[in-house]
Amino acid sequence: MDRVILHSDMNSFYASVEQAEQPDLRGKPVVVAGKEELRHGIVLTKSIEAKRYGIKTAEALWEARAKCPNLIVLPPRYKLYRRYSEMARAIYYQYTDLVEPFGLDECWLDITGSLHLHGGDALVVAREISERVKAELGCTVSIGVSWNKIFAKFGSDYKKPDAITPITRDNYRDIVWTAPVRELLYVGPATERKLHARAIRTIGELAAAPDSYLQRRFGKIGFVLRTFARGEDTTPVKPYDPTARDVDRIVKSYGNGLTAPHSITCAGDAKALIWILSESVAQRMREDGVRARTISIGVRNDTDLSGYGCQVKLPKPSAATRHVAQAAWAMLVAHEPLDEAHPIRALHVRASDLVEPAPFEQLSLLESPEPAWEQLDCCIDDLRRRFGNTCIVRGVELLDDSLRSLDIKDENTVHPVGYFHR
Amino acid sequence: MVQGIDSREKRYVKVTSVTDEDGFITPVSVTWEDGRVYEIDRILDRRQAASLKVGGTGMRYLVRIGHATTYLFHEGPRWYVEAKIPDSAHLRP
Repeated sequence: MDRVILHSDMNSFYASVEQAEQPDLRGKPVVVAGKEELRHGIVLTKSIEAKRYGIKTAEALWEARAKCPNLIVLPPRYKLYRRYSEMARAIYYQYTDLVEPFGLDECWLDITGSLHLHGGDALVVAREISERVKAELGCTVSIGVSWNKIFAKFGSDYKKPDAITPITRDNYRDIVWTAPVRELLYVGPATERKLHARAIRTIGELAAAPDSYLQRRFGKIGFVLRTFARGEDTTPVKPYDPTARDVDRIVKSYGNGLTAPHSITCAGDAKALIWILSESVAQRMREDGVRARTISIGVRNDTDLSGYGCQVKLPKPSAATRHVAQAAWAMLVAHEPLDEAHPIRALHVRASDLVEPAPFEQLSLLESPEPAWEQLDCCIDDLRRRFGNTCIVRGVELLDDSLRSLDIKDENTVHPVGYFHR
Repeated sequence: MVQGIDSREKRYVKVTSVTDEDGFITPVSVTWEDGRVYEIDRILDRRQAASLKVGGTGMRYLVRIGHATTYLFHEGPRWYVEAKIPDSAHLRP
């Protein structure tokens, strides 16, 4: 028997929440955008009205304002969005325990087992959920109903806002297969380009692509994409603890990055930022009880906004802030002169190649044992857990005044999570 | 708009409530900003709902106070009502 899967997507989520909170904003072009004075001034979400002006997500605010002079720009209120997201999930949980969030605003629901309790018609359940979200939260959702997760997601993207699209075995050839291949999950600009080069333009054409081509051009992922296109994806909807954080999954790496409030032109500011980012990365690793073997950094320079990255292996796995920061700092100094002529706009620190802590640790025979940096960090973590992240800070972090009020770790939001996690 | 009412605004109010051992919260009385206390005679409905008039969302209680019924929203720790803003037109000489 086919599964019954819903994918529920809250329409222009941040903007809708703001409009639900402030009814005056309804029917007006609204965007939620980062703080301009911190140079985070890009559009995060646009309301449906703003979309009509051609405003796009990730556009700079000045571009958006040029398209729509009376645009209302709001700062993001993540706590509020999280509350709405949790409330929406609370509704979903009343229909099934198999709810898999995909970012704050999207969820898959597997209602195969509970469908008979709600009357046996998936569309009725979808309509009920949609109406309840509207009545209880004041925002709209679009829902896709299908027998696999990929087509359910396709369905929720197919018609917006406030719509329900069933993708059935009878209609998927007409709806899904005729759509541009780009609309399939995990077909981005690069994959699209490659597919276009072989005249694969619709999802249906991808579904019919021959083995030899997929193998040669894409390898394993090619077959996965074709499975998606054929509606043969059998990935289960993974239930997940509603009280846990979004990041409580199998994680491959930890990273934090920041566009600095002003261009970084001296070593002191750069060092401060590296340490702040490393601190957040290392702290999150320690919370999850893992250590990293590889540290990488990403640098975006201010003159032409081009970026590059580099990575280094640690002599042994570590979750100590000091080790992460020193590795990151060494890489940055090796690549960047850090002067007025070479301003840096954004930095990123990432720890990957994670290992679970072993019950015992192989000590080096040649080096004298190091001071227990991780233990010191754990003490600091405990202080922060009790008194907040900014209760104790490192000296280097005070070098740059504009960074002092930042709390990277607390503001860290992980979304959306990947589709391929186990 | 209803005659005599210009618009509504979200106004937080002081509420006395009872929380039972299962966590159900029952509002008992509302204290208005001028100090008047309105006893809630009966709770006619309670449901999670969004306020379409003044925005926000929470547990919405439909309460009867004397002859009047009104919505009382419980939003996190705070309570609010959709307060009436009187139409100033009929007050003018």
